[in-house]
Amino acid sequence: MTTMRQVFVDTVEEVMRHDPRVAVVIAEISRDAFRPQDRLINVGIREQAMVGVGAGLALAGMRPVVHTYAPFLVERPFEQVKLDFGHQDVGAVLVGIGGSYDDPVWGRTHQAPGDVALFDTLPGWTVHVPGHPGEVEPVVRAALAADDRVYLRLSLRQNAAPLPVVEGFTEVRRGGRGVVVAVGPMLDTALAATEGTDVTVLYASRIRPFDAAGLRAAVARTGRADVLLVEPYLEGTSAHLAAEALADVPHRLRSLGVRRDSELRAYGTAEDHDSAHDLDVLGVAAAARRMFDHPAAAA
Amino acid sequence: MTVSDEPAHADLPALFRRMAGDEKHEWAAASTLDVLWVLYDRVLDVSPDRVDDPDRDRFLLSKGHGPMAYYAVLAAKGYLEPSILDTWTAWDSPLGQHPDRVLVPGVEISSGSLGHGLPIAVGTALGLRLQGRAARTVVLVGDAELDEGSNHEAIALAGRLALDRLTTVVVDNESGTHGWPGGVARRFEVEGWQSSTVDGRDRGALHAALTQEHAGRPLVVVAKVEEGR
Repeated sequence: MTTMRQVFVDTVEEVMRHDPRVAVVIAEISRDAFRPQDRLINVGIREQAMVGVGAGLALAGMRPVVHTYAPFLVERPFEQVKLDFGHQDVGAVLVGIGGSYDDPVWGRTHQAPGDVALFDTLPGWTVHVPGHPGEVEPVVRAALAADDRVYLRLSLRQNAAPLPVVEGFTEVRRGGRGVVVAVGPMLDTALAATEGTDVTVLYASRIRPFDAAGLRAAVARTGRADVLLVEPYLEGTSAHLAAEALADVPHRLRSLGVRRDSELRAYGTAEDHDSAHDLDVLGVAAAARRMFDHPAAAA
Repeated sequence: MTVSDEPAHADLPALFRRMAGDEKHEWAAASTLDVLWVLYDRVLDVSPDRVDDPDRDRFLLSKGHGPMAYYAVLAAKGYLEPSILDTWTAWDSPLGQHPDRVLVPGVEISSGSLGHGLPIAVGTALGLRLQGRAARTVVLVGDAELDEGSNHEAIALAGRLALDRLTTVVVDNESGTHGWPGGVARRFEVEGWQSSTVDGRDRGALHAALTQEHAGRPLVVVAKVEEGR
């Protein structure tokens, strides 16, 4: 099966053949995934320089793609991401792999569930969280053709089938007792967990900008402002935006995601970590039942 | 070599005082003043009417703190109306204690946090080379700024990439707490840079150092400056 990263690499290399603006900066990670060429710059294990070089390329008029494992792309050189792109007012396509805990045997150092929350501290970033390798190519093509600031969060976790890539929320199921928002690879889990529950399920692969109008419209169609966010990264990452979208509507909001309250010092599989964070079908179903099936919710 | 515009150089103290105040003589102490003047007067292929020319030379002031000398030189060279200097650090002034490229024409990077300019300069020099442009990229850092590890990532990388259109000017007033035993230049030389260490107040020596041939490798010019001289 083709991974999200492979689709990303194949698409970038195809675009590079006819667009001389595009250059890729990496820091050892994925060095064997790309074919060598002048516009593939491996800076070595130097993530601050990787981001700075990307910004310099943009200032020189090129379209940089900056790529490595998520913690080393977003967290280690975060001030470079903040100042070298946004403050310089230039764009780039940042592409991270590893999701929140794609390969948990590597431990906490290789987990970045806080990445999208960190981008929320910076204005002007578009954030894509594809749920399937089939959703990656159109996002990469559009990003390479533009000049803006884009973060693409790739993962080995995925849904069974891709959905069309659109800017806002896609209504996957319609119901009458509330709205579930499933982001990226969480869609299949959210659908299975709410099977038989009369709720609307929205899907987002592009989560920033947040589709506030789409959420308001779904709440209006559903007739009940009870919203359950199911995100594959830090719990509550989109809660402030959902609350703002429903600021003039009395509403209930619950956020599921990677736990904030303690560091999970365990290895095992990604599925083990889903369970530990209540992000598996059982955990999401329990939260959905409490939110939508409790007598208080039906009152 | 172009002819130096010494009458404009004589204007610098007055321009500087528009920001520092009449009673201050800080302009004479500004460690970057002579380097900036030589670069804008005689080295860089830049002008106020070509700030978006893709083939212009790039000057990146990485050591963004204490930008009065920079603003004075930009005003003397026509990038800024001298009256703008009077607004310095006011709410709606384009001129802050750290330069902002979005607000000031001709300013290539926004700086203030140390250790960002050199990695960005490496990317800029690389981007210009990939596009087949001959423009130079010159970045100015301070000796204490070199404490930031990001510089050393960039110094090694620039050497390995043989960025022969890249120049780093280190204004060295020995302000770093822990210093650089053996000299600043050695940190660059070991990574394959050509180096010159000169008197940072000697405009002739700075000009010669900044215009020397350095085929196949980047150039570092260490400008030694004693504060207050």
